[in-house]
Amino acid sequence: MSYQGHFRIWRGDVAGGEIQDFTVEVNEGEVVLDIIHRLQATQAGDLAVRWNCKAGKCGSCSAEINGRPRLLCMTRMSTFTEDDTITVTPLRTFPVIRDLVTDVSFNYAKAREIPAFAPPKGVAAGDYRMQQIDVERSQEFRKCIECFLCQDVCHVVRDHEDNKDSFAGPRYLMRIAELDMHPLDEMDRKKQAQDEHGLGYCNITKCCTEVCPEHIKITDNALIPMKERVVDRKFDPLVWLGSKIRRRENV
Amino acid sequence: MDGTARQRAGTDFPGRARVGARTLRTDRWWLQPLVTVAVLGIFIAYTGVRIFMRDYYWVDEYNYLTPLFSPCLSDSCVPGSAHLGTPLPELPFFIPLPFLIFPILAGFRATCYYYRKAYYRSFWLSPPACAVAEPHKAYSGETRFPLIVQNAHRYFFYAASLLLLINSYDVLLAFFPDTGFGFGLGSLLLLVNVTMLWGYSLSCHSCRHITGGRLKHFSKHPLRYKAWTILSKLNARHMQFAWISLVSVMLTDVYILAVSAGWISDLRIIG
Repeated sequence: MSYQGHFRIWRGDVAGGEIQDFTVEVNEGEVVLDIIHRLQATQAGDLAVRWNCKAGKCGSCSAEINGRPRLLCMTRMSTFTEDDTITVTPLRTFPVIRDLVTDVSFNYAKAREIPAFAPPKGVAAGDYRMQQIDVERSQEFRKCIECFLCQDVCHVVRDHEDNKDSFAGPRYLMRIAELDMHPLDEMDRKKQAQDEHGLGYCNITKCCTEVCPEHIKITDNALIPMKERVVDRKFDPLVWLGSKIRRRENV
Repeated sequence: MDGTARQRAGTDFPGRARVGARTLRTDRWWLQPLVTVAVLGIFIAYTGVRIFMRDYYWVDEYNYLTPLFSPCLSDSCVPGSAHLGTPLPELPFFIPLPFLIFPILAGFRATCYYYRKAYYRSFWLSPPACAVAEPHKAYSGETRFPLIVQNAHRYFFYAASLLLLINSYDVLLAFFPDTGFGFGLGSLLLLVNVTMLWGYSLSCHSCRHITGGRLKHFSKHPLRYKAWTILSKLNARHMQFAWISLVSVMLTDVYILAVSAGWISDLRIIG
């Protein structure tokens, strides 16, 4: 069954822009990205949108639909009524390039700031051995498709541009947690997380978890455990004393 | 739109798409913070008044002691209510009887990872909801005083757990009044309340971390891994335990207050 849907799409670039109204055909089973493509094909041939897999796995088509960070390809039209007006804007945390396309290089810069996996010295890549139960906790974080919706929704940088220098964002704090929990990683990442990557800015309001299309429990399983690990290292005198007496760090 | 107006819109910083609205969300995003303010506000107002009351926290006939006053430790406590003794002297009227335990209970909740989310969103609007711009011009999170004190949560957990052991003893006493085994609605309320409090404490993120979360090699600590696995399941329900235990503390206290004041009689089931 088809109907004419009402859409409002932000169009413009860094010099300025506005939300424009469109009426577009909507068919059964479609997602918002299908509508954007139809709009390109029929009414706005120069509408810029980034997309790739159409299966929620490449993380390219991130945008904001009715004010909520979503993947265009995973937002079903059936979740709206025929009378709803659907507003689509680019991600509002990153610089806009054109229309629905933003410059997400902030995230790549933050990724580069995190030291890579640091295995024990003298163990060659093919000789890594570890138990499944030791790695499965951090495997959840490997589901990340790097859509950057969590980075977009995080108010620390969304509402405070000046924090971008000192805050890595939930995706990369999760990466630090992943490495810190890794059984073979030998680098101490706790102080780094707090002092260099801004873990203390996170006030655990869980928006990153709410928007994650992979349903990763970013806050409960990565950020809060990492905060607790930082407490072990920086704020808990008993744990500090215990580690000195027993001379053990990586238990 | 000039620069000031753009700044006010929350996310319209130079270079970003200029939308000019704090949020484009069309759902009732304001409902959750509103309900949080209402429920937490009622609880704070109620306990704020209640801890200054010096009556109706103990029902001598049935050994009911409200969790808000347990343990009662001063000579000001009514006879029978101080079952751990009275190491403290008479307290002047302006010092609440639970002046030692209430800061622990309040601190445990105030530094709790779930409640932090709840009140940062609803009271401090930081942010009021996801993708809704907050009103503050600057933000430093939990990087400096006073919010850096949130990192003391585990110490509040330790202290609150000791109090919870005493609360559990209180429940036992409520099932064994002076006449022998017997219980009423008050005993059951105390039991449900302490069960929810255990649920809240054991599902705490710090408890999960201390038990096994801090380990790098689960395989070397099978018992701690098993405990961590169980607590992780409870941890997923931490929000529910937080709200249920908050309400159960208040309801239990109201019931004991009403019985103690003689407004109602305890509904006895046995004994």
